[in-house]
Amino acid sequence: MLLSKGSRSVNCLANKLMTLEKKTSLALYSNMLKIRLVEEEIASRYNEQEMRCPVHLSIGQEAAATGVGFALTQKDKVFSTHRSHAHYLAKGGDLSKMIAEIYGRATGCIGGRGGSMHIMDPEVGMMASIPIVGSCIPLAIGSALSDTLDGNPVVSVAYLGDASIEEGVFHESANFAKLSNLPVLFVCENNLYSVYTHISERQPPRLITSIPEAHGIPMVHCDGNDIEAVYASTLRALDNIRSQNGPFFLLLDTYRWREHCGPNFDNDLGYRSEQEFMEWKMKDPVEQYRKKLLAKKIITKETDLELTDNIQKEITVAFDFAKNSPFPELETAINHVYA
Amino acid sequence: MKNNRSISFGEAIREGLLQASEIDPSVIHFAEGVEDPSAVFGTLKDIGKEIGQNRMIEMPVSENALTGVAIGAALTGKRPVISFHRVEFAMLALEQIANNAAKFHYVSNGKHNVPLVMRLIIGRGWGQGPEHSQSLESVFAYFPGLKVVMPARPKDAKGMIIAAVEDKNPVLFIEHRWSHYAVGDVPQNYFSTGITGPERIKTGDAITVVATSYMTLEALRVADALERVGVNIELFDLRVLRPLSLEAIVESVKKTGKLLTIDTGFRTYGIGAEIVSSVIERSFEFLKTAPIRLGLPDHPTPSSASLIKNYYVDSIMILEKISQVVDIAPSVLEQLKKSIVNERNNIPIDVPDPFFKGPF
Repeated sequence: MLLSKGSRSVNCLANKLMTLEKKTSLALYSNMLKIRLVEEEIASRYNEQEMRCPVHLSIGQEAAATGVGFALTQKDKVFSTHRSHAHYLAKGGDLSKMIAEIYGRATGCIGGRGGSMHIMDPEVGMMASIPIVGSCIPLAIGSALSDTLDGNPVVSVAYLGDASIEEGVFHESANFAKLSNLPVLFVCENNLYSVYTHISERQPPRLITSIPEAHGIPMVHCDGNDIEAVYASTLRALDNIRSQNGPFFLLLDTYRWREHCGPNFDNDLGYRSEQEFMEWKMKDPVEQYRKKLLAKKIITKETDLELTDNIQKEITVAFDFAKNSPFPELETAINHVYA
Repeated sequence: MKNNRSISFGEAIREGLLQASEIDPSVIHFAEGVEDPSAVFGTLKDIGKEIGQNRMIEMPVSENALTGVAIGAALTGKRPVISFHRVEFAMLALEQIANNAAKFHYVSNGKHNVPLVMRLIIGRGWGQGPEHSQSLESVFAYFPGLKVVMPARPKDAKGMIIAAVEDKNPVLFIEHRWSHYAVGDVPQNYFSTGITGPERIKTGDAITVVATSYMTLEALRVADALERVGVNIELFDLRVLRPLSLEAIVESVKKTGKLLTIDTGFRTYGIGAEIVSSVIERSFEFLKTAPIRLGLPDHPTPSSASLIKNYYVDSIMILEKISQVVDIAPSVLEQLKKSIVNERNNIPIDVPDPFFKGPF
């Protein structure tokens, strides 16, 4: 693995000393759990073939989205990718509108026009999700430029995966963001794979950390499965950005448990080993934090069950809402080509 | 002072951009060399001095990202104008144009708008060769969600650039470098033509001719020459390629029974192909002859002037095509050709024709 080993990690040790308020810990845990349960519900119902669009699930990557999302303010703006469910839910997104969108219903956050790969809801700052690798990055830079020109103290977030580092548009965007000292947070979730291809087959053996450094952009590299580390690192990054120090880069090591696109596990395909999968599964961000909160007595087995139950009820309500919602009218397909 | 005065197409663009930027503080400009000594062929000259240099954003040589940046700014309240010196540079930005600019309003169910202007400069001549001289409007016109306009004349240059800046949609504003030299009467006041077209600029019954951009000027010369011998063609300046409005052209073909289209770019898959097929669908029974399409042949543009003799469509070529379907006595045709050649006064084929003197 290229990244973590010997990385000149500005790491999160200092941040770990920060003690979170109990309610913050609970909120982080609760959101991670919600993402996990929502994604599992999508996976388990996917074969019903009522969600008739590709889905890229975030199971295994809950800490990255939650830690970043919860550090942001409501006014901060997020630009996401094809794997956007977790980003949306962590930004205060409406679960029912998201599920309805995946079900292609008129009540979806964008009326069923984009499906899972285009989750967007400007009202909560989820500006866009773009399923073309790297394509959302410059949009975040442009949004940051707008707010800077208008004097708004708002940060724009560009979510990207490890493969985005291979795209020219990432480097072009980083160059301009730094040149113009823009309030942009690059969040790179390195889950090691672009579809079936490991990063070592796509990138030379140099650290990803050297990339933002080459662009003169300060960065923090941390364990993307450690929710408190992600949260603290994001707060630190945001603090730096809001002090008008320009863009910041957050590198989060994480792992996608299921197939690139779809509801299944795919270790049987042979592109990654069962052993590697199990190693990452041991670092399960939700389970790790559950244990930690139990140990700290922030939750008990009973309150945890109750929380799980409540989230599950919320999920059931959302799926019922989606499935009972009308489909958009056929004749509206031609609307909104032009404003 | 007289409101109308004679200025060039290039000056008209600058005046329109300046006035639009002064009226609307959300207008920001992007270009490579946005405030350099040439200021995009003079079209952005000193605009920063008037509106503030923070609104003139130097664009690193990163066309795709900066187009994305402009889209992001458009989503969040700005009206960016990006000026590309060559249409070819915008090919690097096609990903952002096709995937994001064209789709945002639609996919967001109307929640997002992309009020963006992309100026794309096309051209011909002076040995620019295969990658500095293309006319790629059909590439952009392919995408629903984009507006694609090609003004031909100075007054439209100003009125349409203002309309493009005011529009809530991404507008690809394609300017022919040779049209920049065309001179004509342009009102001094702020005005918009709207994104509207086509415009009938000559009325007649001999044949319907539809031209785009600079080809409108070449066709206009033919219309003028034919008028002197009593042949009246109906000439449309298409102006707006997308959304395409064909009503006026279809009505005209019903009257003339004949259609000639003149592309600024390649003939194959060109704008003419779309117009001809749509017109045939809608007025087949009125056609007296097969429609004719003019445009560039199926090979890239060579640099050497000796290799482009038959490459670009010019007024002689247009006249010859028209004479194939419109009755013009051979002696009259020869005389018209001579007079057109004389008007060009032996100017080489690879430099702009000095006939742009307007008013049109």
